[in-house]
Amino acid sequence: MIGALILRDLRRGLAGAAWLPVAFFLLVATLVPFAVGPDAQLLARIGPGALWIAALTAALLPIERLIEPDRADGVLDQLALHGVADETTAVAKIAAHWLSFGPLLFIAAFPAAVLLGIDPAALKRLLLSIWIGTPGLAALAVAVAALTAGVAVAALTAGLPRAGSIAGLLLLPVAVPLLIFAAAFCGDGSNQALALEAAISILLLAGAPFVTAAAIRAART
Amino acid sequence: MTLLRFEDVSLHRGGRLLFEGVSFVLGAGERLQVTGQNGVGKSSLIRLAAGLLREASGRIERSPLALADDNVAVDRELTLKQALSFWDGSVGTAMEALGIACLAEVPVRLLSSGQLKRSTLARVAASDAKLWLLDEPLNALDGDGAERLSRIIDAHLTAGGAVLAASHQAIAGEWPKLELGA
Repeated sequence: MIGALILRDLRRGLAGAAWLPVAFFLLVATLVPFAVGPDAQLLARIGPGALWIAALTAALLPIERLIEPDRADGVLDQLALHGVADETTAVAKIAAHWLSFGPLLFIAAFPAAVLLGIDPAALKRLLLSIWIGTPGLAALAVAVAALTAGVAVAALTAGLPRAGSIAGLLLLPVAVPLLIFAAAFCGDGSNQALALEAAISILLLAGAPFVTAAAIRAART
Repeated sequence: MTLLRFEDVSLHRGGRLLFEGVSFVLGAGERLQVTGQNGVGKSSLIRLAAGLLREASGRIERSPLALADDNVAVDRELTLKQALSFWDGSVGTAMEALGIACLAEVPVRLLSSGQLKRSTLARVAASDAKLWLLDEPLNALDGDGAERLSRIIDAHLTAGGAVLAASHQAIAGEWPKLELGA
């Protein structure tokens, strides 16, 4: 069932607005030179960091549709009744979310690097950091989506509509270490930064399914 | 064979005691209708039986089950047959039984609420679970739909299944009643 679920979520992700995170990513890459001026040296220095901010926000863009529609529609309930653990559902959603934006972001990094004048050596580092960091971003996005849905349900009973988005804000600091080490590796190519980025990414991947499943269970009313 | 057993079960919702001391046993070939006024906890009892809510006290034993409630749980952009097949491979007979076989190639988003209700019931009928939990199965169903529903329930009971239904309306057939909030 997990394979079918990944395929279903991937199909929905790609049929929906798969281009949206990537378009957003390229939009930022286009706007940064206008905002900071045409100084090529400066652009090449801040470029990878700017692209990583774009990648982080791009990954969080579709959180509204990652969990909440399936919760409201009873899909999460039916999965549980079909013997799929909520944790398994979470893993499938993380995998599908990564597949729907990770590879596309990887490809979009090439034109973005050209727009920002990032040299080939730095581009190689950027690609490696995207490869390693985006699974962590996907895990974080799914966990944020589930928490948002969970908080929204709780807030609705308490008479606070639209309070769900606060969960996203509260969880954003968790993404900061990933951003720091990814940008650090892109900057000076230190292997320690890469190792730490990988460690954070693995930590997010390992923790997110449990956070997501707990939020899904808490949202059952 | 016992398919569902409630032993002195109570449930809290939103810090409030919804019901307590509910006990019943549902064996193969048996049916039970949960009745009561709006807000008395019929749907909550169904979700409790499904294991989607946690009881405050008491014990519940359940066998593998299928649930039909107001949540359709089918993807709106797919055709009805594709969407139902996600849950169970062989949906043809169940769709036939509920009179929606002709809608197989129609996208789910175009269906009416009555047709969606029939689809939800077809999802339950297609599952191989012995225990069926039906929350307000008559909602949005027309006369023909209600008749088809009672026919698949009868067939399911004859085949050794059990049905727990929550409804404030009368469902066709002889239903022992469990009155909540009485």
